[in-house]
Amino acid sequence: MLLTSSVVAVAVALIPLVYLAVRTAEAGGVRIAEELLTGRVAALAAGTLALAAVVTAGCLVLGVGSAFLLVRTDLPARRVFAVLAVLPLAVPTYIAGFAWVSTVDGFEGFWAAALVLTLCSYPYVLLPVAAALAGADPAQEEVSRSLGHGGWRTFTQVTLRQIRPAIAGGGLLVALYVLSDFGAVSIVRADTFTRAIFLAFDLGFDRTGALVLSTVLVALTVLVLAGEGATRRRGARYARLNGTRRPPGRAGLGRARWPAVAALLAVAVSALGVTAFSLARRMAEGVSRPGTWPEVMVAAGNSLWLSLAGTALTMLLALPLGVLSARVPGRLSATLERLGYLSHSLPGVVIGLSLVFFGINVAYPLYQTTWLLALAYAALFLPLAVTAVATATAQAPPVLEEVARSLGRGPLAVLGTVTLPLTLPGIGAGAALVFLTCMKELPATLLLRPTGVDTLATELWTNTAVAAYAGAAPYAVLLVVLSSVPTWLLAARTGILSKEVQR
Amino acid sequence: MSRLELRGIVRRYGTVAALDGVDLTVPSGTLTAVLGPSGCGKTTLLRCVAGFERIDAGEIVVDGQVVAGPTAHTPPQRRQIVIVPQEGALFPHLSVRDNVGYGLSRAERRRGRIDEALSLVGLAGYGERMPHQMSGGQQQRVAVARALAPRPSLILLDEPFSALDAGLRAELRHDVRSALRADRATGILVTHDQGEALSTADQIAVMREGVIVQHGSPTSVYRWPADAWVATFVGDAILLPAQAEPGHRDDPAVLSTALGPVAVAGLPSGHGALTVLVRPEQVRITAPPAPQAVIATVTGDDFHGHDALVTVRLRDGTHVTARIPAPADPMATGTRVGVQVEGTGLAWRVPEPAE
Repeated sequence: MLLTSSVVAVAVALIPLVYLAVRTAEAGGVRIAEELLTGRVAALAAGTLALAAVVTAGCLVLGVGSAFLLVRTDLPARRVFAVLAVLPLAVPTYIAGFAWVSTVDGFEGFWAAALVLTLCSYPYVLLPVAAALAGADPAQEEVSRSLGHGGWRTFTQVTLRQIRPAIAGGGLLVALYVLSDFGAVSIVRADTFTRAIFLAFDLGFDRTGALVLSTVLVALTVLVLAGEGATRRRGARYARLNGTRRPPGRAGLGRARWPAVAALLAVAVSALGVTAFSLARRMAEGVSRPGTWPEVMVAAGNSLWLSLAGTALTMLLALPLGVLSARVPGRLSATLERLGYLSHSLPGVVIGLSLVFFGINVAYPLYQTTWLLALAYAALFLPLAVTAVATATAQAPPVLEEVARSLGRGPLAVLGTVTLPLTLPGIGAGAALVFLTCMKELPATLLLRPTGVDTLATELWTNTAVAAYAGAAPYAVLLVVLSSVPTWLLAARTGILSKEVQR
Repeated sequence: MSRLELRGIVRRYGTVAALDGVDLTVPSGTLTAVLGPSGCGKTTLLRCVAGFERIDAGEIVVDGQVVAGPTAHTPPQRRQIVIVPQEGALFPHLSVRDNVGYGLSRAERRRGRIDEALSLVGLAGYGERMPHQMSGGQQQRVAVARALAPRPSLILLDEPFSALDAGLRAELRHDVRSALRADRATGILVTHDQGEALSTADQIAVMREGVIVQHGSPTSVYRWPADAWVATFVGDAILLPAQAEPGHRDDPAVLSTALGPVAVAGLPSGHGALTVLVRPEQVRITAPPAPQAVIATVTGDDFHGHDALVTVRLRDGTHVTARIPAPADPMATGTRVGVQVEGTGLAWRVPEPAE
C-alpha cells in the first residue's frame, strides 16, 4: 500500500515533466536539433552550471561554518545570530535581488546573481547541518581526541563525516534551487536557462524553444542528482537508538571570538541589511499612498489560503514517499525519491504552463481553481517535504511499532498513538518549510492563480514590473514578515535557538 | 497463563533455512529460555511467534488455537503475545504510566492495573516520569511492566538484559523472574548467555543452526548435555579423549583419561574412541600431590572471590581448568600439584571422521 501510494505521489509530481516530454516530442527531432545545437544553448548551460557550482560551494562554506559556530562554540549572542542566520529564508530571492539592484549601481550579471543566491539560500545548508551537529554523538569525537587526534583533525575526520548526510542533503537543495531560480536571475540579468525560458515564453511566444531549453534544464538536474548519488556512500545512515542522549560540548573560541562575530555580522548585514535598508526606504514612500492597506490585506489572505492548500497537498503526497525511503531503503525507493526531485528543479514557469495545459485538456474541473495551483506547489516542493518526512520517520524506529502491535493495537491505532506522535514534530517542520516556500513562489502562482485572485507575491511582481517600487514595498515587507513565522518555527526545531540546557 | 506449542516450524530466507523444523512446548506459567549462539535463528523464532514473520511450514499453537500455520496467520495485534525488545524500546513520547497502560483497555486502566504492573517490577510511584529520565535498568523494568500489564498469553523477552552491566543484570533478571512468576505469566527468553538461561528459566531449549538440539530443565541440560557441543555451550567443560574397552560392563564404568580414572554413567556400548566430559568443579587439586593423584603443574590462577579458576598443565601437555570453591591462597605458577576427578562424568562416541 505504501509503495502504491508512493508511486501515485511521484506520478502526480511528474505530471508537468510528462507534459514537457510529450510537448517536446511533438516538436519533432529536426526542430529540436535546430534549437539545441546552438552556441546560445552551450553558453546558457555553462553559465547555469557555473552559477549552481559557485552558489552551492558558497552556501556550503557559509552554512557549515555558521552552523558550527552557532551549535558547537561559545559564540557570544548566539541566539541573536541564530535568528539572523535563518532569516534569509524569509526573503524571496527576487526581493533580495531587487533590493541590491536598487541600492548598488551597476549590480548585474553572473557574480551579482551568485552573491544574491548564496546569501538567500545558505540557510538550506545551515538548518540541516545545525540539526545534525546538535544531534551527533559526542562520544565519537571524544574517542577521536583520546586516540591522539587534534581538534581540527577530529573535526574533519569525525564530525564532518557524522554530519555528511546533512551537508549533502543541504547542498543538493541549494544546487537544485539555483537551477530553478527565476526571480533573482531575472532581476540581475544573469543569463541562465530559467530566464531564457521565460523570455522565450513571455516575450517571443516561442513555445518549442522554451520547451527544448526546459528539457536541457531537466537534464542538468539529473546530472546534479547523479553527482550527489555518486558521493553518497552506502549505509551512510547514522541513526542512534540508545536511551541516554548527551548534548555535544561547545568549543571555546578564545581569541577567534571577535573575528567569528565579525564574520557572522558581515554575512548577516549582506544578507539582510541591504534588503532591510532598501525596503524601509521604499516602505516609507509606499504606505503614505491612500487605499493601500485593504488591497494588501486581501492579497495576504489569498497568499495564506493558497499556501495552506499547497502545503496540505504536498504533505499528503510526501508522506508515503518519505516513509518508504526511510523504512525500506533500496533501489526502488531511491529511484522514486529521485524522480520526485526532478520536477523540483523545473522552473516554476514550466510547471505553471504545463499545468495550464493539463487543466484545459485533461482536468478541466480543476482549471482556474486553487487546487491546480496546489498541484503546482506539490510538484515543485515535494522534495522539501519528502526529506522532512524521511528524517522524521527515522525518529520512530520499527521496533516501537512492533511492540505496539504486540500489545494488541491494530495498524491504524499504532499509527495514531506511536508513529504520528513521534514523527509529527519533524513533519510539522517540513510543512512549515513547504508553506514558507509556497508563500514566496512567484512564476507558477502568476500563471495558475484563479482569475482575479492576487497574492502578495503577484501584487509585488505587478508593481515591480511597472517600476512602482514604492507600491511594491508593503507587499514585500508583509511577505517577509509572514515568511518569518515558519522560519522561526523551523529554526527553533533544529535547536540552534535553544539555551544551553537542552533536552 | 497459556501453553505454547511449536510444531515443525520452518522459516526460509531464500535458500537459507533460518528455522529448520523447530519443535518446542512451553507449558503454562513457565519461562523457557531459548539459548544459542548468535545467528542460530533464535530471534527469527521469536519474531515468528510474535507474528512479525510468516512461517513457511509448521504450526504455532497457543492454548490449542492455531495462530500460524499453513493456512492461518493471525496478525500480531490479535495474538496476545507481547515482546520485550533488547533495548526496551519504550515509547519516548509517553510517560511511564502511559507506556505501561498502552496495551490496556480504558476499564483495565481504571482498575489500577498500571500501578499493579509497576509494583510488580519494583517501580511503584514512577508513573509520571518520562522514559529519558530513567536509567537503562529502570527503562527495561518499565518495558517488562508494559508487557505484563495486559496479562498476555505469552511474553517474549529478546535478550532484554544484554545492554545492562553485570551487577544490574543479575538483579533485574531475578526481579523480572519473580514478576513473571507473581503474574503466572508464560514466557520465552531468548539469550546467548548461558548463565542467564540457567539461572532464570524453568526450561532450556538449546538451539543450533535452526533446530533445537536439546530441551530440558537447566539442571538436566547442564548435567546431561546431549553432545559435546551443548556441553561446551552450556557451562564450562573439560573434554578428554578416552577409549572404550570390551571390559567396561559396569555402570558407572571407570575409564582411564589424562586426568586419571573417571567414572562414567551410561557409557555407549561397543569399542572405539570416546569423548569424556568433566566439569571444572569436579576437578580436585591437592598440594602436595595425593598418592593416587595425577601430577600436574599450575600455569595460572584466576581469583574470583567466591571461587578461583586454576589452570594446570598435565604431563602430556593438556591444559585443564579446575574450579576451586572458597580458595584460601592463590597458587603460585609452577607449583607441583595432584589432580583427581570426583563424581561421575559423561561420555559420547567420537563421530566417525567420514561424517
